[in-house]
Amino acid sequence: MDENLQHRLRARTVKYLQLFALFIAMAIICIPGLWVVLNSFRPTVEIMAKPPVWIPQNLSLDHYRAMFGGVGEGGVPVMRYFTNSLIISVTSTIIAILVGMAGGYAFARYRFRGKAAIFIGLMLTRAVPGVSLSLPLFIVMAKTGLIDTHIGLILVYVALNVPFTIWLIDGFFRQIPAELAEAAEIDGCTRWQAFWKVEFPVARAGVASAGIFAFLTSWNEYALASQLTRSTFSKTMPVGLRDFTSEFTINWGGMCALAVLMIIPALILTFLVQKHLIAGLTFGGVKG
Amino acid sequence: MAQVNLRNVVKRFGPLQVVHGVDLDINDNEFVVLVGPSGCGKSTTLRMIAGLEAISEGEIAIGDRVVNDLPPRHRNISMVFQNYALYPHMSVRENLGFSLEIAKKPKAEIDKAVDEAAEILSLTDYMDRKPGALSGGQRQRVAMGRAIVRHPDVFLFDEPLSNLDAKLRTQMRTEIKKLHQKVNSTIVYVTHDQVEAMTLADRIVIMRDGYIEQVGTPLEVFEAPANTFVATFIGSPPMNLLTGRVAADMISLEGGLKVAVPDQYRANVSEGQDVVLGFRADNLMPVGHAMPMEGAFAELEMTVNLSEPLGTETLLFTSIADKEIQAKMLNPRPVASGEKLSFQLDLTRCHLFDAETQNSLRSN
Repeated sequence: MDENLQHRLRARTVKYLQLFALFIAMAIICIPGLWVVLNSFRPTVEIMAKPPVWIPQNLSLDHYRAMFGGVGEGGVPVMRYFTNSLIISVTSTIIAILVGMAGGYAFARYRFRGKAAIFIGLMLTRAVPGVSLSLPLFIVMAKTGLIDTHIGLILVYVALNVPFTIWLIDGFFRQIPAELAEAAEIDGCTRWQAFWKVEFPVARAGVASAGIFAFLTSWNEYALASQLTRSTFSKTMPVGLRDFTSEFTINWGGMCALAVLMIIPALILTFLVQKHLIAGLTFGGVKG
Repeated sequence: MAQVNLRNVVKRFGPLQVVHGVDLDINDNEFVVLVGPSGCGKSTTLRMIAGLEAISEGEIAIGDRVVNDLPPRHRNISMVFQNYALYPHMSVRENLGFSLEIAKKPKAEIDKAVDEAAEILSLTDYMDRKPGALSGGQRQRVAMGRAIVRHPDVFLFDEPLSNLDAKLRTQMRTEIKKLHQKVNSTIVYVTHDQVEAMTLADRIVIMRDGYIEQVGTPLEVFEAPANTFVATFIGSPPMNLLTGRVAADMISLEGGLKVAVPDQYRANVSEGQDVVLGFRADNLMPVGHAMPMEGAFAELEMTVNLSEPLGTETLLFTSIADKEIQAKMLNPRPVASGEKLSFQLDLTRCHLFDAETQNSLRSN
């Protein structure tokens, strides 16, 4: 038979198999999310129906109305949680970026004693599962009176984010040739000016993506926040989700509505910088 | 007035010493080229003049100021980098005006200086583009423009042409030379390309392994190389070298060849001395295709292994005692591999080096 035809058929088959595999993988990833969004719009009866109702019969904004109105079971203070989440995530991100920029720049540009060891040490901290820190953290926070405060959680998230931020930003600065800063110095800049006027603007996209990583980590974190927050004063949105469970019932619809509220800012940010996110991850990976 | 003086300048990276006590005086308005193979310390020397590398020992003065510990911004220098180092987030205009902006010069003055530089380098049509949208040659020009707007005392060039293709390189070479005549400034230029060094320099500094091997005008280093390294590094094709021993005013060379000791060296060699005879391809030509030789010459018969026609001349590759020897043929005719030709070696233009020190035996 025609050899070319054979190869063409084989190539086509492989392509369809790949598309099918991709479909399955994406379905596994996306269907839960889709289910959450759908549930936030339909009555509890339909959510709990057996067999499940795939095509929604009636959609409404009841759960959102209940959530923002503070009525219904528990009367969840959603806006308060949103504000807490925002304050904690934004503050911890800003601090993590400042520290990460200083650290990443130092690792990318300077030679100093113990550089490799410090870098590996920082990376090793990422190997420790966050939950295993919850008890020690709880004790420390309890002793220092930082339980149920914004500052306590901000500190935890800064510590969580700094190593990764340093790693990412180090990668971005490494990509900028050292001659740029040297040229700036020869053009009359101090070291400090050379950084802010030349290197920082060039690395800005990278720093922004590192910031978004840090923000998303803080925004989504549940395990530690659930230990370290107690009241509406400091509870973040992921912790707030639990308010929808009471002794005998779970308000699935309300919970899903809050989840959607959480997802929206994260989704917007991710779309804004997805190009940089991928760049950041890939050359972080190559660099090792 | 901006002469540059290096006094016993040493550079060490940890325990590794890369520049060994360099002494060099560069005059005002002089175009000096540092040339040498990679790793010879030429770039490091340049970066020490720029203030981008600290010096480990010695003294560097620009004008009549010692600048050892001054940061680059206080040295009044400009530098063109190999990769241009243009600021990617700024337009050409902003790139050119950056140094003046940092110096907080009034806007009108900046615009005037930038336009002037753009005019000199014919960049006026690209002023609002970002470097990413420029070709290699245009980037190169912006880099040079950025250097000239501030009217520095000294221009430093670090292999500025090595990222360009051959044609553009020749073109930019001419532009740099013209630029030097226009701006009348001291230039220190680093390259590994000896052709660039020969064509651009008022004086060439040949470096190897952190030492200066020779300093001289292009013709001086070409016609009177101080040692075999300079002899083979400067000039293309490289100088042919054959070892031999002096016996009764003759040199017995490897391969059983014998030539008379060239007259100009006769006083400086002793009986039984081991020497290296050097000659360029231009001084070894086949009979009938040679320049008329006025003084003493030797005649030798050799087999051509390979020929490279270049148009006006043909390069012939032959060998003596398994050493490749290159000769030149003027008014060329086709030469087949394996053809035997008799060659004339112009002894008046031969060089003689001591075999042990590799230094020239020419009397100074």
